[in-house]
Amino acid sequence: MRLLNRMGTVIKIKMNKIMDRAEDPLETLDYSYQKQLELLQNVKRGVAQVTTSKKRLELQRGKLVQNIDKLNSQAKDAITANREDLARLALERKNGMLIQVQGLEVQIADLEKEQAKLVAAEKRLTAKVESFRTKKETIKAQYTAAEAQVKITESLSGISEEMADVGMAIHRSEEKTQDMKARSAALDELIEQGTLEDFTGGEDDIERELAKISATSSIESELESLKKEAGK
Amino acid sequence: MIVRIMGEGQYKLSSSVLDELNIIDNRIVDCIAAENEKDFTKELVRLIEAVKEKGEPLDPDQIIESDIIVPPEDLTLEEAREVFSGTGLIED
Repeated sequence: MRLLNRMGTVIKIKMNKIMDRAEDPLETLDYSYQKQLELLQNVKRGVAQVTTSKKRLELQRGKLVQNIDKLNSQAKDAITANREDLARLALERKNGMLIQVQGLEVQIADLEKEQAKLVAAEKRLTAKVESFRTKKETIKAQYTAAEAQVKITESLSGISEEMADVGMAIHRSEEKTQDMKARSAALDELIEQGTLEDFTGGEDDIERELAKISATSSIESELESLKKEAGK
Repeated sequence: MIVRIMGEGQYKLSSSVLDELNIIDNRIVDCIAAENEKDFTKELVRLIEAVKEKGEPLDPDQIIESDIIVPPEDLTLEEAREVFSGTGLIED
C-alpha cells in the first residue's frame, strides 16, 4: 500500500484544510454546507468550460476539413494547368492539416471523457450534499452536544473527502482545458496563415524526420495519381 | 472496506481483495522508481479496473470516509512522484 497510503495522506491533509472547524460544532456543519454549495457551483462551471473547449476544437476540426477539401481541388487544378510545383505545395499543406485533424480528434475524445467524468461527479456531489443537509438538520434537532460531536465528525470527514476529490477533479480539468486553449489559439493562427508544417510538437527529432519522409512519399504518390487522372 | 477512485467515486469491496491491490501497488511503485511511465500507467489502470470489477459502487448519497484512496487513471509519473514528496496534485 505504498502509493495508496501516500494518496490517503495527501487527501487527509486536504480534508483537514477543508474542514476548518469553528468553535461551535453545529456552526462547522453550516459552514461546511455553504462550502459544499459553492463547490457544486464550481463543478457546474467546470462542466460548462469543458463543453466550450470541446465546441471550439470541433469548430477548428470543421475548418480544417474544409481547407483540406479546398487544397485537394486546388492540387487537381494545378495539375491540369501543368503546375506541378503548386500541386505539390497544396498537397504538402493538406498533409500538415491532416495531422492536425488527427491530433484534434484525440483531444476532442479526451474532453468528452473529461466532460462525462465531471457530470458524474456533479451528480454524486449533489446527492451527497442533499444527504448532508438532512443529516445536519437531524443532528441539530436530536442529539445532545456529546452525541452530536461524534455524528458531526463522521459526516464532516466523509463529505470533506468528497469535496477534496471533486476539488481536485475540477482543478485537473481546468489545467487540461487551459493547455488546450493555448494550443488551439496557436492552431487558429496557423489555419489563418495556411502554413501548418512542423506543428506536430512533442515528438523527437528522429520521429519528426521519419514523419517527414513518409509525408513526402505519400505526397509524391498522390501527385502521380493526380497526373494519371488528368491524363498527363 | 470502502475504496475511492479519485474522480470516479467510491466502491465497496471485500477486504480479501486487499492483497491483490497490494501487489499491484508495489508494482506501481517499482515503475515509478524505474521511471517507466508506460508500465506505470498500465498498472494504475489495472488497479482501478480491479477495484471496479471486484467492488460495488457505493450509493452516492451515503457519506462515508474511505479506507483506501486510488489516484486518478490519468495520473502522470511526474505527479506520482509529487504524491510521494507530499507536494502537488492537489492545490492548496
